[in-house]
Amino acid sequence: MSLRERLASGGFAVTAEISPPRGADIGPVSQTAALLRDWVDAVNVTDNQGSNVRLASWAGSLAVLAAGLEPVMQMTCRDRNRIALQSDLLGASALGIRNILVMTGDHPKFGDHPEAKPVFDLDSAQLLWTLRHMRDQGALLSGRSLNPPPECFLGAVENPAAPPAEFRADRLGKKIDAGAQFVQTQFVFDTAMFGRWMAQVRDLGLHERCSILAGVGAVKSRRALDFMRDKVPGVQLPDGVYRRLRAVPADRTAAEGARLAAEIIQELSAIEGVAGVHLLVAGNEQAVPGILDGAGVRAERDGR
Amino acid sequence: MSLAIRGCLDGLLTTGPPIPAHPRLGARLAYRLQRVLRPSPGLRWLSARIEASRLARPLFTGAERVTKETLFGCRMCGQCALPVTGYVCPMGCPKELRNGPCGGVGADGSCEVYPGLRCVWVEAYERAASQGRAADLRLLHLPIDHRRWGESSWLNYWQGRDEGLWSS
Repeated sequence: MSLRERLASGGFAVTAEISPPRGADIGPVSQTAALLRDWVDAVNVTDNQGSNVRLASWAGSLAVLAAGLEPVMQMTCRDRNRIALQSDLLGASALGIRNILVMTGDHPKFGDHPEAKPVFDLDSAQLLWTLRHMRDQGALLSGRSLNPPPECFLGAVENPAAPPAEFRADRLGKKIDAGAQFVQTQFVFDTAMFGRWMAQVRDLGLHERCSILAGVGAVKSRRALDFMRDKVPGVQLPDGVYRRLRAVPADRTAAEGARLAAEIIQELSAIEGVAGVHLLVAGNEQAVPGILDGAGVRAERDGR
Repeated sequence: MSLAIRGCLDGLLTTGPPIPAHPRLGARLAYRLQRVLRPSPGLRWLSARIEASRLARPLFTGAERVTKETLFGCRMCGQCALPVTGYVCPMGCPKELRNGPCGGVGADGSCEVYPGLRCVWVEAYERAASQGRAADLRLLHLPIDHRRWGESSWLNYWQGRDEGLWSS
């Protein structure tokens, strides 16, 4: 069952994330995809996340596909203009990559090439609109026709925790109008806050037009915990969560982080309109089976 | 310091990468001016005359640059979004988001790239909402035409060339 079919069926979907290696070897992507294959519906392949150079998202997505798992190819606006982005969609579609996750992308300032030119020719809403136009109208932004047009299932991201809180559901609505069919959120640690955002989303009827996957992270070390609190743009780690993960001995942080993630998944699955979870576990993919077991969620593999 | 000199100095500052700018014109006054300056047959006629003149066109564009750089940190993209962004310039966003804000806004409303400055979209929302115009921020801004940098957006606006900039 594809991610799209899972979401259409109303089943609880699970996606995760693979961070491609910094090097010219596809092996780590294939191995991680094989590990996750029996646990998740699809896996995101990040696009130079944090503005750090990694193996290309399209190449990683092909390796995921070859390993028998469905990829979600991430596509950011940071490094490519509208010509390259449209070309990438055609290439992805032609090679069987169907799920595309569109995001603006981190600013180059945060990565390993802070001196790079930030492109941002389009923003995420404009890119969604462009890709939908290519698929549904069979034409490029220039108006030239596509033969055949690409096939794609379009995703977006949103961060319910970032200001202005009153506008975040509207912003998702804008992305849905532009073409988003599913959305994966930034880390949810504060489920009460997320619940308030979901109430706004339901008021606008957005959950009926777009599948909402809540982002869940599993902290694997004290270093990762501090990084998450201080360095990840837009992430607000509640003090209670920080204290809980600091209270256990350092060698137990990963286990406690996984337990916390499982609890958060259980709470999220009870919120009306949540279609599934997106596990933000890049670099910590081996934690996925334990988290899903702990949460009592296991993607059914039958009928795949 | 005269407005013109200040504008020129600001102009020097805003020729680099995009930096969030705090508007110097209050939201209420900006929306009042909007009512006066919206496209009309008179302004259409006037702008056509200015465009046709080899002397008036660059002078007018220069005056617009000085005024809007001073008031809004304008970078002369030539396709002004100010009427529907609470009169906060989105081109000052380091990612030049026309459909912001991004997900990296700090808990205090700060820009992720310049933590000492406020996110232009947070400010846009507050200013638009304060004047009952929060719904403006739901408009989808379409991709801009990069050939139009440096043009007078006022002339473009009065000539009706800005009509495809956003859709509802």
